[in-house]
Amino acid sequence: MSLGPHAAFVLSSYGVALAIVAVLVSWILIDRYRLRRTIEDLEAHGITRRSDAASEAGR
Amino acid sequence: MALIDLANPTRFLAMVDRLMPWLVAATLLAFAIAINQAFLAPDDYQQGATVKIMFIHVPAAWLGLFAWVLMSVAALGTLVWRHPLADVAAKAAAPIGAAFTLMCLVTGALWGRPMWGTYWVWDARLTSVLVLFLMYLGVIALWRTIDDQSRAARAAAVLTLVGAINVPIIKFSVDWWNTLHQPASVMRLDGPAIHASILVPLLAMAVAFTLLFVTLHLAAMRNEVMRRRVRIMMMRRAEAAAGS
Repeated sequence: MSLGPHAAFVLSSYGVALAIVAVLVSWILIDRYRLRRTIEDLEAHGITRRSDAASEAGR
Repeated sequence: MALIDLANPTRFLAMVDRLMPWLVAATLLAFAIAINQAFLAPDDYQQGATVKIMFIHVPAAWLGLFAWVLMSVAALGTLVWRHPLADVAAKAAAPIGAAFTLMCLVTGALWGRPMWGTYWVWDARLTSVLVLFLMYLGVIALWRTIDDQSRAARAAAVLTLVGAINVPIIKFSVDWWNTLHQPASVMRLDGPAIHASILVPLLAMAVAFTLLFVTLHLAAMRNEVMRRRVRIMMMRRAEAAAGS
């Protein structure tokens, strides 16, 4: 398959789109990883949400 | 599960956890089909192979606009119905909408150079899309500037609704003003003006981009719900520290 004389523009467009999607996906995955670690750390120190504490008290 | 049940963040998180693997698989499959179709599509008789840039430029533009419409509906949810997930949806959509709008601007410039002889002109369509991108950055900055999340949500909702004026301006800019950018060729009252051999890959790519948007948006919403939980837990830790 030939992309003709403007191949650089076509390939650059797809490259830029791929890079933007990769940054978005990485940002969301890293953000989730950090949030989960923070929640686990807080729970390890006995900090829970009020709703969690209330449901434990009701048991 | 009724739609109203999703107002409960815990139920929403459970739903997203169940849906996410299926959405990721559907998005990857849709992109595999769409990219294959895009590179098998014939060259345009005038534009040659650069028509392949359209397969990412146009869906990116549609989703850049769609994200703002979604944020506007969510803004109404925040201001009128005070739905607990409305501002979560709006906040999560802003960076994704900004990314798709940036993709539209950059791929448009890369398409414009070989076809128009320039990367950029200050015509109505290009300028109004640039304004959309700057408004996304403004909304993101506003969320980060105000510490109180409920106040930030109301301020961002007002800014989003004011910015919604730009959505029809972008859509009709090519009809209202004399622009270098071509007029609409897909969403027209008299039907698409594109041959099926190019229209089908374009629509396939639009489906793939939409699935990607939905997947990223739900994942970002899930993160935002978790971030609010972290904030509550931090406050409880501070209360416990102050009480001891």
